[in-house]
Amino acid sequence: MFVRLVYESFRRQKRSKLLAGAAIALGVTVATAMIAVATDVGDKINRELRSYGANLVVTPQDDTLDVQIAGINLKPPSDGAYLDEADLPKIKGMFWRNNIVGFAPVLPVTVTVNKGTAKNVTLVGTYFAKRLRFGNENFVTGVRTTYPLWKVQGSWPDDDSRDVLIGEQLAAALRAKPGAKINIEGENLQVTGILSTGSTEDNEIVAPLALAQQLAGKPGVVRKVYVSALTKPEDAFARRDPKTLSPDMYDRWYCSPYAQSIAFQLQEAIPHSHAEQIRQVAQTEGTILTRIKGLMLLVTLAALFASALAVSAAMATTVFERRREVGLMKALGAGGLAVASLFFAEAALLALLGGAAGFAGGSFLAYHAGRWIFDSPINVQPVLLPLILIIAVIVTFAGSATAILRAVKFDPVYALRGEG
Amino acid sequence: MTKPLPGGRAGAQHTSMFFRMLVRAAILRRGRAASALLAMIVAATVTTALLNLFVDVQSKLRREFRNYGANVVVIAKDGKTLPPDALAKVEATVGRDPRAKQSVAVPFAYVVARTSNDQPVVVAGTDLSAVRKLNNWWSVTAWPKQPEEALLGVRASAIVNPQGKSFDLTFHGRTIHLTPAGTVGTGADEDSRIYVSLSDFEAWTGVRASTIEVDVSGPPADVNATIARLAQVLPDADVRPVRQIVEAEARVLGKTRATLLAACILVIATAALCVLATLTGWVLDRRRDFAIMKALGASQRFISGFFAAEAAFLGALGALLGFGFGIGIAAWIGRTNFHAPVMPRFELFPIVLLGCILIALVSAIAPISALRRVQPAMILKGE
Repeated sequence: MFVRLVYESFRRQKRSKLLAGAAIALGVTVATAMIAVATDVGDKINRELRSYGANLVVTPQDDTLDVQIAGINLKPPSDGAYLDEADLPKIKGMFWRNNIVGFAPVLPVTVTVNKGTAKNVTLVGTYFAKRLRFGNENFVTGVRTTYPLWKVQGSWPDDDSRDVLIGEQLAAALRAKPGAKINIEGENLQVTGILSTGSTEDNEIVAPLALAQQLAGKPGVVRKVYVSALTKPEDAFARRDPKTLSPDMYDRWYCSPYAQSIAFQLQEAIPHSHAEQIRQVAQTEGTILTRIKGLMLLVTLAALFASALAVSAAMATTVFERRREVGLMKALGAGGLAVASLFFAEAALLALLGGAAGFAGGSFLAYHAGRWIFDSPINVQPVLLPLILIIAVIVTFAGSATAILRAVKFDPVYALRGEG
Repeated sequence: MTKPLPGGRAGAQHTSMFFRMLVRAAILRRGRAASALLAMIVAATVTTALLNLFVDVQSKLRREFRNYGANVVVIAKDGKTLPPDALAKVEATVGRDPRAKQSVAVPFAYVVARTSNDQPVVVAGTDLSAVRKLNNWWSVTAWPKQPEEALLGVRASAIVNPQGKSFDLTFHGRTIHLTPAGTVGTGADEDSRIYVSLSDFEAWTGVRASTIEVDVSGPPADVNATIARLAQVLPDADVRPVRQIVEAEARVLGKTRATLLAACILVIATAALCVLATLTGWVLDRRRDFAIMKALGASQRFISGFFAAEAAFLGALGALLGFGFGIGIAAWIGRTNFHAPVMPRFELFPIVLLGCILIALVSAIAPISALRRVQPAMILKGE
């Protein structure tokens, strides 16, 4: 009888059920989309913030002082220690390898450029988009990943070539254009593009690493490695010294993607190295990320609140419209409990149907919002479905509870006479 | 429950009757009216809070982005030094913009000096208190307070002065005696340098500042205008934006605003639907009033006007109260998240008010025109 009542109610009151279901679906759509966006926005903004450039730097452990003013190295080039280029792919074997967006080694060399008059300039050897291999994994890394804002007028050189890029200010001084030849240390090299970075590279020549190694006469070495990693904002725990932590705490520290713990792992991965966060980038990024995540969390709360309210309002209206039905049932001898359970069963069914539809709608919305804003989709984890359905049922119950209780308490005589 | 109200028909009596009905309806049906008003208030609150945040978030986040430090650099051409009045000119130019109150300009002068055991080290002279404001990512153990005190980069400190005692530096045959005050760690070039105050530096080396780092606050258009003005007053120097900082900021800000905008649209649409559902229910619920008025001879225009006025009043009241709450919530979010209150934007009030009244009118008029075709007798019979 109970099941038949529910079934008939859905069959005969299609319009009103459809309206309530649509309200629930809409509320759940908004809730799902907002939860998905809020959980993913941190990661997305983190990736956007990576356009500031590397946030970690790896240097040789026993390095001498840099004697560098405004990007011009005043130290004899033979000075100082180096890292082994062959160790670099090991970065992809670290615990947090998936958080490493990319890395680029640098090897600065002072060279003489002959263009009418001889001039000393810094040539920096690096990876542009180098194919590397670690274990069975192939990956591409270099400055094009770590510094996405570098602009090249012309084209990027190939990593295996002997072509170079010239910084825009140096190019203006040398009157070099893309496609021209430039005489470096007696050899004519092809300039494929003019590089504009807004930083010291504007006064330098940027070349494939192998070329710089050959010019320096030091095969297989690099000076520094710049690493761009997705990190978690620093907190008090991050600043603890790993050596003083208990084993449990150490594991927790090691397995959190703090800039400090990633630096620590970089040091483990590359022998005789010292890794450090570039505080200008890492610290500021941390604050901005915290702010944006906090903002989105609060906005999500507002969205959840508004959608819960919309669902309750719709449910209250549908129940209120059915006072006469309640009156009839009560006049026929149904108890308050029977009437209430009928309404709650209907509400639960509506919530499940509307919730499932809303989940699909919300996933669709989040996916396209992600594509529109960040050029990469935001995917909703299917794990969220049961959670969303439970929330939908609770909100629907809460929304209809007062209306149902009022309907149950209402005197059937008045209800049947249509006085409410 | 509702008393049949005598219908007024003419002139002044008509108007007073209209208002009496409005007031009595609100008092007698306060349960349902209150729930409709509540929905209205909540919608207006959420809308106000989000719009306020959306308008203000740009300046709030921009302030956070200024923590990246200088976004404009002034560099003397060809390795020379800047004229002595360069800093004053920069400050005058940047300070001219009333919105750029927080802008900071910091001069830097560099030389390579030698330590007592003939090791080369970069020494920088600067305005230490201004650097502290500009580069707050510097991790400094103690800032120098006395003259002839130096701030040592962590690597410079380990190599030049491992014992932490006072030390000598020589530049072109002239020696300065410095006391270390603390160390600075940044993970970049600064780690290998020694920082002293610009007055000590100039007295010792006679070299003037070659670089001025400027932190210009404000939107990109203001920054570009400032760069153009700086280039005009300092023709002997290169004035350049730090592109990495300026462009990355624009990118992240744009995406954040877009996300917030999408969220605002969703939430406001939901709130509007909630109001629509509640108000429609409220009006439908009163179809008996409608039927009685019609049976007593009220014209369709009078009835529509009555319900519309009621709805508009509800919308206006909800907007007024909701706007107050919304501003409070926005200020609270500003304080908890950005540690600075979000300024109330009163220019948003007309938008919220208009939106609320509009949605209230739509939700009242739709059911009324649906009821129009129904005979009052049918409604009064309860069908």
